[in-house]
Amino acid sequence: MMNWEPLILTFKLAIITTAILFVLGIPLAYWLAYSKSKIKPVIETLVSMPLVLPPTVLGFYLLVAFSPNNAFGNWINEWLGLRLIFSFEGLVIASILYSLPFMVQPIQAGLAGLPSNYKEASYVLGKSKFITLLKVLLPNIKPALLTGIVLSFAHTIGEFGVVLMIGGNIPGETKVASIAIYDEVEALNYDTANMYSLILLVITFSILLTVYLINGGYLKKYGR
Amino acid sequence: MIQLSLHKQLHTAKGTISLDIELALEPGQFVTLYGESGAGKTSTLRMLAGLLSPDHGKIKVNENVWLDTDAKINRKPQKRKIGFVFQDYALFPNMTVRENLEYALTKNQDTDIIDELIAIVALGELQYQKPDRLSGGQQQRVALARALVQRPEILLLDEPLSALDTKMRIALQDYILKLHKQYNLTTILVSHNIGEILKLSDTVYILENGSITKSGTPTAIFTSHQMSAKFRFTGEVIAIQPEDVVYMVTVLIGTNVVKIIAQESEIQDLTIGDTVVVASKAFNPVIQKVL
Repeated sequence: MMNWEPLILTFKLAIITTAILFVLGIPLAYWLAYSKSKIKPVIETLVSMPLVLPPTVLGFYLLVAFSPNNAFGNWINEWLGLRLIFSFEGLVIASILYSLPFMVQPIQAGLAGLPSNYKEASYVLGKSKFITLLKVLLPNIKPALLTGIVLSFAHTIGEFGVVLMIGGNIPGETKVASIAIYDEVEALNYDTANMYSLILLVITFSILLTVYLINGGYLKKYGR
Repeated sequence: MIQLSLHKQLHTAKGTISLDIELALEPGQFVTLYGESGAGKTSTLRMLAGLLSPDHGKIKVNENVWLDTDAKINRKPQKRKIGFVFQDYALFPNMTVRENLEYALTKNQDTDIIDELIAIVALGELQYQKPDRLSGGQQQRVALARALVQRPEILLLDEPLSALDTKMRIALQDYILKLHKQYNLTTILVSHNIGEILKLSDTVYILENGSITKSGTPTAIFTSHQMSAKFRFTGEVIAIQPEDVVYMVTVLIGTNVVKIIAQESEIQDLTIGDTVVVASKAFNPVIQKVL
């Protein structure tokens, strides 16, 4: 009998990660799109690192950093009462770092692609940067926002290496679907592994298809 | 009274030019900045609006200092009471015509101005449409109305009509004049179109490589000598045909085609495409090339 817990945990992780990333990603993308700061290339590189770095490398350094044996991990443990290794909270933080480029890059590209006139027209009309972002810039990059949300969500569902390094395999806490599949295969339970895999496959396919339909305008074209 | 003193090194396609502008405008004036592209016209407008910072300079509007680089004063665009109309309109695509205007309202401002402006620019039927459903001329009318919602005293127009066809241009020019008078605006226009300048502005400044080289009334600047004339129109030569001993010059004035008889001496320096003034002295219309 299949255990639904890993799947539920996977989607819980993906939803929380995506929500936090959305809130963090917008200001970061805004800064990257418009800043002329000298440290911008460095920040841009850091944001993009998870695209090329093996997830195990990121997971390894997070494991080292979050370990209560180290100053940083100890500080978090004592001051916030959070133990970040082998815990769900740790997975959320690791997933945020791991999926950061998938949220930031589409939004950054969307903002950079808007005519600078929109921003300037709004400023001349006396509106602050924040109001301009909220009422003019973001509503005009909805496809980019949707792409960022969906890619981050899908990418978090698909992560394996980082989770394995920092979360381990604790049922109900860190045993997400990708880990469960690996676990079942190791135990030669190919049927259960296939069920998990198939569900992930169908769900991610549907999500991505929806995005392409919406962003490509197909629904508008054929929906009427 | 608006006093400008702006200095900036500009990096243009033709290389670096040094922009040095000294201007003093009276309230209610309609001023045009004229010059080749890259002469610094748009940069001047942008510096006045606060969208571009000069290397050093001063801007004083009535008794308010908007910019003084020596005193480290530089008001943000939000804090300068200015209406700005961009060349490509810059309407917000996510808002309807009416919402674009409403967005411009300040806190607690009376919303009557919205209906008033929509009526003036005749957009009543289109007010619930999104900008992408509108023609270029209609979009520019929205941009013009939006720039005036906050009742600024200064209106800056950055080549607002350059993307429109002749018929649309003329209609828009009338809207601009109407708004300029009705709201007692001080208007600064950037334009390449001599006909437009003659029609709209009372003073023109010619910019060359970042400096003002000439200024005066448009007639004085663009015609070689003053004419005493009963009526005058500006148009474009579209044909020159010999007719027996004289020549027939066909001129497009606005949307009207006018035929004018000219002597051989008069057509010597005329070619098709020239901008000309058609004016009447006593009985015979005379035709003269502009600039």
